[in-house]
Amino acid sequence: MRHFFTILAHEVRMLLVSPSTYVAAVAFLAVMGFIFTNILEKYSSAPQDVSPASVFFSVYFLPVIFMVPLLTMKCLAEERRLGTIETLLTTPVTTTEVVLGKYGAAYLLYLAFWASTSGLFYILKRFAGDPRLIDPGPIVGGYLFIAVSGLLFVSIGVFTSALSRNQAVAGLICTTILILIIFGGRYLGSVEWLDRESLAPIKAAVSYGQISQHFLDFTRGVIDTRELLFYLSGTVLFLIFSILGVEAKLLHS
Amino acid sequence: MPESPAQPAIEVSHLVKTYSGVTAVNDISFTVPRGEIIGFLGPNGAGKSTTMRILTGYLPATSGHVSVCGFRVADEADSVKRRVGYMPENNPLPEDMRVSEYLFFRGRLKEVPRRKLGSRIDEVLELCDLKRARHKIIGKLSKGFRQRVGIAESVLAEPPVIIMDEPTIGLDPHQILIVRDLIASLRGRMTVLISSHILPEIEMTCDRVLIINQGRIVAQGTPAELRREVLGQSAYEIEAAGPLGSLPFVLGTIVPGLSVASEGPVDELGFRKIRLKTVGDDEAGEAILRACLSEGLRVRALSRSRPTLEDVFLAATRRSWDAVVEEPRDGGRP
Repeated sequence: MRHFFTILAHEVRMLLVSPSTYVAAVAFLAVMGFIFTNILEKYSSAPQDVSPASVFFSVYFLPVIFMVPLLTMKCLAEERRLGTIETLLTTPVTTTEVVLGKYGAAYLLYLAFWASTSGLFYILKRFAGDPRLIDPGPIVGGYLFIAVSGLLFVSIGVFTSALSRNQAVAGLICTTILILIIFGGRYLGSVEWLDRESLAPIKAAVSYGQISQHFLDFTRGVIDTRELLFYLSGTVLFLIFSILGVEAKLLHS
Repeated sequence: MPESPAQPAIEVSHLVKTYSGVTAVNDISFTVPRGEIIGFLGPNGAGKSTTMRILTGYLPATSGHVSVCGFRVADEADSVKRRVGYMPENNPLPEDMRVSEYLFFRGRLKEVPRRKLGSRIDEVLELCDLKRARHKIIGKLSKGFRQRVGIAESVLAEPPVIIMDEPTIGLDPHQILIVRDLIASLRGRMTVLISSHILPEIEMTCDRVLIINQGRIVAQGTPAELRREVLGQSAYEIEAAGPLGSLPFVLGTIVPGLSVASEGPVDELGFRKIRLKTVGDDEAGEAILRACLSEGLRVRALSRSRPTLEDVFLAATRRSWDAVVEEPRDGGRP
């Protein structure tokens, strides 16, 4: 694992010097700021039941669906397109170290983007003067959910980047998979034909994988180890698929 | 397996590689002793790049045995990768890094100690004449500079074996000269395997040449051996005036196998060009001159025309296309 940190440091550095990172960060903050402003406007006109933080984090899927593909689609696809994967893998570096290093860098950037939204809460606390608007529970729970679910989302992005040498294809597949697991679970949870007795195990599995339900639990302060395990095992699975994907492309090239 | 100096740098035996039914490399075997510079020649698609990729451990072989410095590439890929500096075809480089940053990153990956890395980078930049470009972005460099960055990168960790796939492609003659000197300066210290289309290049730098075609070795040896083995003849050209007379007969008696191949037209001074060819490689110039004078010919010029590696290459690849593939022999002709 000695090369993991070399690759991680290199990847983080390359992300930090790349203009596209800053463009993405500005776009992300603009959209999140816009959403936040809308929420505050609603709160100022009429009192609401839930804290603004839970409403704010409930649109987590918007940045996930658009930001995660943008952050990750480049990481392995670009190496293959340029052919630099060949120089990379002919050094004493394992495929695992390469994939983990790139995954780690993308995940750190994802966290950094979300961390920047804490500025919105700071501004609210500084100027609203109403302590009820700042409820630490949902804020901590929300960020925790972002951090844990981000593990899985970013690993899906890395996996799709391993599939194609074309960044656009990788990004589109990533968006599709993310939409499927975020909204597909919600849809499957609501369909009626799954309510049959014989399909009960499938129903149980579907409800176990409900990401929107996980979100509600986290913001309510319920941290269920089964949910943590869901994201961790999913992450490990997609990372193993990424490693196998990179190696399979070599074997059959 | 321990690393000992007696072990050859590269050992390939019965290597086969097939890509989805297409045989790219078909049962090739060769050995490269340490410190030798070996040239890999072959037309496009002959299997040069595939063989090199297998040697670096990047691609797995379908069958056969490959080892570098005594380490089997299939089982001890990590040890092999530590001992090989590799520059792939077309020299892929990241576009958005500075030259010195790139070399630093590669040095870390190749496990050069951090303390030595700075001075080592200065050394290779000096060696490849890249000092002026060290702070430039790689994506904005010209082709010649990029190529030299690739070469600098492959020698960075001072590996015992260097494999370069077409290192001089896209360079101007001046830069080719620099690269040639650079490769020659590695002779004795490192084993270098280079592939190239530029035949004089190979002839000047390499101790030994391997010619491969359609995945098979069609000829191997030093350039001189190859001339003898593949062409099996040398030619002389004389410019002489006077009747030919019994010259062909006399020549045949003094040097066996020497005969007149062609006769050119007579010019205004009465001289004509006569081409002679021999089967052997022995020097026959003096005998020819003496025979001509004794026959009463006036000789203006005598020259020995050396076949270039290009002739050898064309003859060797044509021979293999004619499907008279001979098994490669070790060394020269018996």
